Parts: sequence; structure tokens; C-alpha cells
Amino acid sequence: MSATRVDASGLLRLVDRQGGLRAELSGRWVVANVAGLERALTALPGESRKGGGPVGGRALEIDLSAVEAIDTVGAWLVHRTAARWQRAGGEPLITGVNEDYEVLLGQVAKADRPVPEKPRGHGRIARMIDGFGRSVSLAGKESLSLISFLGETIAALFRLVFLHPGRFRLTSTFAQAQKAGLEAMPIVGLISFLIGIVIAYQGVDQLAMFGAQIFVVNLVAISVLRELGILLAAIVIAGRSGSSFTAQIGSMKLNEEVDAMRTLGLDPIEVLVVPRVLALMIMLPCLAFFADMMGLTGGMLMSWGVLGIPPDVFMNRLADSVSWKTFAVGIVKAPFFAVTIAVVGCLEGLRVEGSSESVGQRTTQSVVKGIFLVIVLDAAFSIFFATVGI
Amino acid sequence: MADNGSPAERGQPIIRLRGIRNAFGRQVVHDKLDLDVRRGEIIALVGGSGTGKSVLLRTIVGLNRPAAGSIEVFGKQILGMPAVERRKVEQRWGILFQNGALFSSLTVAQNIQVPLKEHLGLKGPILDEIAALKIALAGLPPEAGDKYPSELSGGMKKRAGLARALALDPEIVFLDEPTAGLDPIGAAAFDQLIADLRDSIGFTVFLVTHDLDTLATVCDRIAVLGEKRVMVVGTMEEMLQQTHPWIVEYFHGPRGRAALDAKARNEARLEG
Repeated sequence: MSATRVDASGLLRLVDRQGGLRAELSGRWVVANVAGLERALTALPGESRKGGGPVGGRALEIDLSAVEAIDTVGAWLVHRTAARWQRAGGEPLITGVNEDYEVLLGQVAKADRPVPEKPRGHGRIARMIDGFGRSVSLAGKESLSLISFLGETIAALFRLVFLHPGRFRLTSTFAQAQKAGLEAMPIVGLISFLIGIVIAYQGVDQLAMFGAQIFVVNLVAISVLRELGILLAAIVIAGRSGSSFTAQIGSMKLNEEVDAMRTLGLDPIEVLVVPRVLALMIMLPCLAFFADMMGLTGGMLMSWGVLGIPPDVFMNRLADSVSWKTFAVGIVKAPFFAVTIAVVGCLEGLRVEGSSESVGQRTTQSVVKGIFLVIVLDAAFSIFFATVGI
Repeated sequence: MADNGSPAERGQPIIRLRGIRNAFGRQVVHDKLDLDVRRGEIIALVGGSGTGKSVLLRTIVGLNRPAAGSIEVFGKQILGMPAVERRKVEQRWGILFQNGALFSSLTVAQNIQVPLKEHLGLKGPILDEIAALKIALAGLPPEAGDKYPSELSGGMKKRAGLARALALDPEIVFLDEPTAGLDPIGAAAFDQLIADLRDSIGFTVFLVTHDLDTLATVCDRIAVLGEKRVMVVGTMEEMLQQTHPWIVEYFHGPRGRAALDAKARNEARLEG
């Protein structure tokens, strides 16, 4: 009683003999063929549901003598088959093993060990509630750490100004001011100019319905001076400089430069954070002023082109419609926005840990939080100004 | 063993470098450099700082294009090879970079599975089985598979990098300073691991190192880089008979002697 089944891929020949099975392996038992090898093995009992019959205590001889090449993965499959057969109560035997195969099979057998079980997760609703709770508590902790970091920065600033003015890093502050402020002028100016044009154009359309086109000057002047100039500048700076603060400080953190500073007796807040915060505090008001001027220019050019309001009329009207107070209300917000952006950027940078992926995550966080907080602060200022009646 | 070829092929060059020239701007690093690597051997490249050891390794694996010369691997010209063929050759070697160069956003197991998925398109539970197998072969504990590279120590990163280099059961393994930054016990264990794997899996090892213990204990041959070329190739014993001042200082200096003494002591212990 003997039956032979050959696997189509020519990797396995199964001979059914009295007292047991004999699997004659042939071909290349290497990782590149692993899909075919696994398929070939399904012909064996116990390897798959459709596989031929029960293992029952039978013997299985796995003959490697016709194998052309075998690597660790091939040896693993042979070892796994024999091990499963053993567990099912059969008697496996591997034959046709030369010296090289024996070393390899020995290595693989040594490498076979129970895989640690992963802890089982909870249900989806439980996970959702858990996730929500975690993010609420995280948001709370984040706000606290931001406030405490702001405090540390202010303390360091006062320490520098009143106790150790010699330790103040003037060069670094100016370098940051140049990078974050001067080099941002083209983009801030262009955006404000275009927004001025858009407001004038959209405003004229609406105001023409009442025959009040001339009020476009008031519209442009008040919206740009009070809100848009400073907001646009702050948002561009949050995207441009907040992110670069985080990436710079984050890379230094990964490179252990921040730790090196601490061991050399340098305070990273004094060296890294204070110059950046000061630089933005100086530069953001300047940029906001520049944005105001460019926005007004855009509005003026558009009024001239579409409405035929000549620049001198526009200027006269401008002087009548706004006072310096309107301008001051906008520009006074700039230092607050600057501190927010710089502190968030530096804090996120110092929080980088472990891998380069963390730098990316923190940089995203820095921009998102920076812009969000700027807008929240702006809303708070609006309420404040409305209450005191400015 | 796998693709190790017939006995006649053993000892034949698996890598053949001829007339390699590497230059960065005006600075010439290699000129008319020749080197043969034999199948199944562990060969170490040594040389002073700035002699271009890593550059040579990068040149062989295609990360740096030489200005002149020919590189033959597995009997085929590598330079100017079409991309499709080149990918096939790349599947037959594995590289361990100096700091592991593990992908930081993936776990160790996922790192090992990258070449399996990319080159072989494997799917399903076999991926996890192979990853677990390689993790064990590289001498890492089973739970290391679920860890991210940032959670591993320096030695474990090297082992994980080796596990990834071994993912496709390569015929050649390139190791860039495999024991740098490891403690002596960890370094000795790593040397032993490479020797054991070479004996069982049967690959060829090309390594760049400064570690005299590695040279003394596991390397079959040593190639000394200097004066823009490979000055000598030979066994440790042959190195000790060289008269070139740099080689004499390298192998007969206090560290060289200590490494050889340690090796002699070990052998005496094994025999006694």
C-alpha cells in the first residue's frame, strides 16, 4: 500500500508508506520561494485544514537529500513542520542532512522559542472613552506646562537683565531677529498687500449697493490696522519661525547638545529660549507695522483702479476715518503674540525625545498650537477692548 | 549551504575590485585600488582615519560612484548595470550601518520585514515568523520585536540592524564598524555571533573595523588600506611579518599585542 503525491511546484514529494509518511523535499528551499514552500507544505497532514488526514502517532520522515539549496527560512519551515508533527503526537525524523544543514537546523532550533503574548486590548467604546479621558488630561497638563515654562522664561529674562547682564546673548538675539524678522518681510508684505486688494474689491461690491463706495477706505483701514495686519504677520511667523525654533532645538536635543549645555553650566533657557523670545518680541511689532502699510497700499491701489479714488483723496479720507488709536490697538497685541509663538516653539523643541519622528510631530504641534493660541488671544483682546470701549 | 556554490566555487572571488579611483574635489581618496574578496571568508578592512574605509564600503554597495575602475560582484559588473538587475543583486547582500540605521518610525520586527515586503512581496503570518526567527538568530530577546529603535540600547540596535541585514539570507554581509561603541563583553559576543552565523548560514563577511580583537579572533584575512590603495591583504600572522611602519605600529602597538595575547590565552584555555 503505497501512494505518491507530487506537489506541482516540484518542491515536495509525499510517499505514503506503511507505518508512516515520507516527504522528499527537492528544489530550492530559500526565502525567495517562501510562498511556494508554504503551499507545498499544506499537502502534509496537520499543516492545514484540507491537509491529508490525521497525524495520529504516525512517523514522518523528512528527506533533505535532494534539496538544492536551503537557507534559514527553509530550515525554519522544515523545523516547524517537524515540531508541529511532534506536538500532534507523531514521530518526525529529518534525514539526508549533511554537515552544513545540521549546523543550520541547530541554529534554527535554538531560535525557536515561544513568542510573548501581546496583552489583549479592550472594546472599541472603552478605548474611545479612554482616549477622550487621556486627551482631556493631556490638554490640562499641556496648559500647565506652557504656563510654567512661560514663567521660567520670564524669570530667566529678569535674571539676565538685573543680575547678570554680561551673560545676555546679544549676537544670538540679533541673528534670530534677522532670520525670523528681516527675512520674513517679503512674504508678510506680499500677503498683506494681496489681502488689502481683496478687502477693497469685495467691500466696493457691497458698499456700491448703498452708494457708499467711499466708505471702502474706512473698511480697509479699520480691518487692516485693527486685526488683519497683526494677525497675518503672527500667523506667518508661527508657521515660519515657530516651526524652525522647534526643529532647531529639537535636533539639538536629539544630538544631546542641550544636555551638554547643562553639564557645562549653561542654562538652555538663557542660551536658547531667551534670545528667540526677545527677537520675536522686537521683530513682530515691526513686521505688523510693515503688514499694515502694505495692506493699506493694496487697498489704496485697488480703490484707485476700480473706483477711481486717487491716492491723495484716499489719504485724506484715511486721516478722517481712523485715529492713531486704531493703529495702536492692532500693534499693541504684537509683543503678546510674539511671546506666545516663541515660547510654544521653544517648549515643543525641548520636548523632543528619542527619534527624528518626534521632531516632526513636535514641529507640527508647535505650528498648530502657536496659531491656535494667537487666535484665542486675539479674541480675548477683542473682548477686552470692547469692554473698556476702545 | 544556500547559494554557497559547489566546493570548487568556494574560495573564488565573490567581490573583485579593479583600479578603483575615488576623489572628492581635488582630494583623491583611492587610486588604482584592487581587492578580491573570497566566497565564504570574513575579511576586515583596516586603515588609519581618513584612508577611506567607509568610502570603499559605500562604493561597493553603490552609495558612492567611483571616478574610475570596475566592481564585480557575483561575477557581474555592478557599475552601469540596469536598475532591474541591480535590485536583484541588492537582494543578495545585506548591510549593517554603523549606528544600525534602523527606521525610527517602525518597530524592530517591522524593520526586519521591510526587505521581505519590498523585495519578495511576502504577506501573512510567515512575516512574523521570519521576523521572530531573525531576532532570535541575532541574539535579541523575543520581546525586542515590538520595541522601537529609540527604546533600544546601542548593542541591541546593532543586533537589530544585523537582523535586518540578514532578512533576505544574503550571500554577502557588509558591516561598518560592527563593534564600535559596544562594551568589551558585548563586542566579543557580537564577534562570536558573526562567526557563528558565518559557519551556519555560510555568508561572506566584509567588515570595516578598528577593533583589534575582532581582527585577531574572527577574521580570516585582513586588508590594510593606505597610500590610496590596499597595501597588503593577508592573515593576522602575515600582518605581523610586514615591515611597513604604519602596519608595524598598528599590529605591534600596545593594543595590538594585548589583542593577540588575549587570543593566545583563549586558545590555550580551549586546548588545555
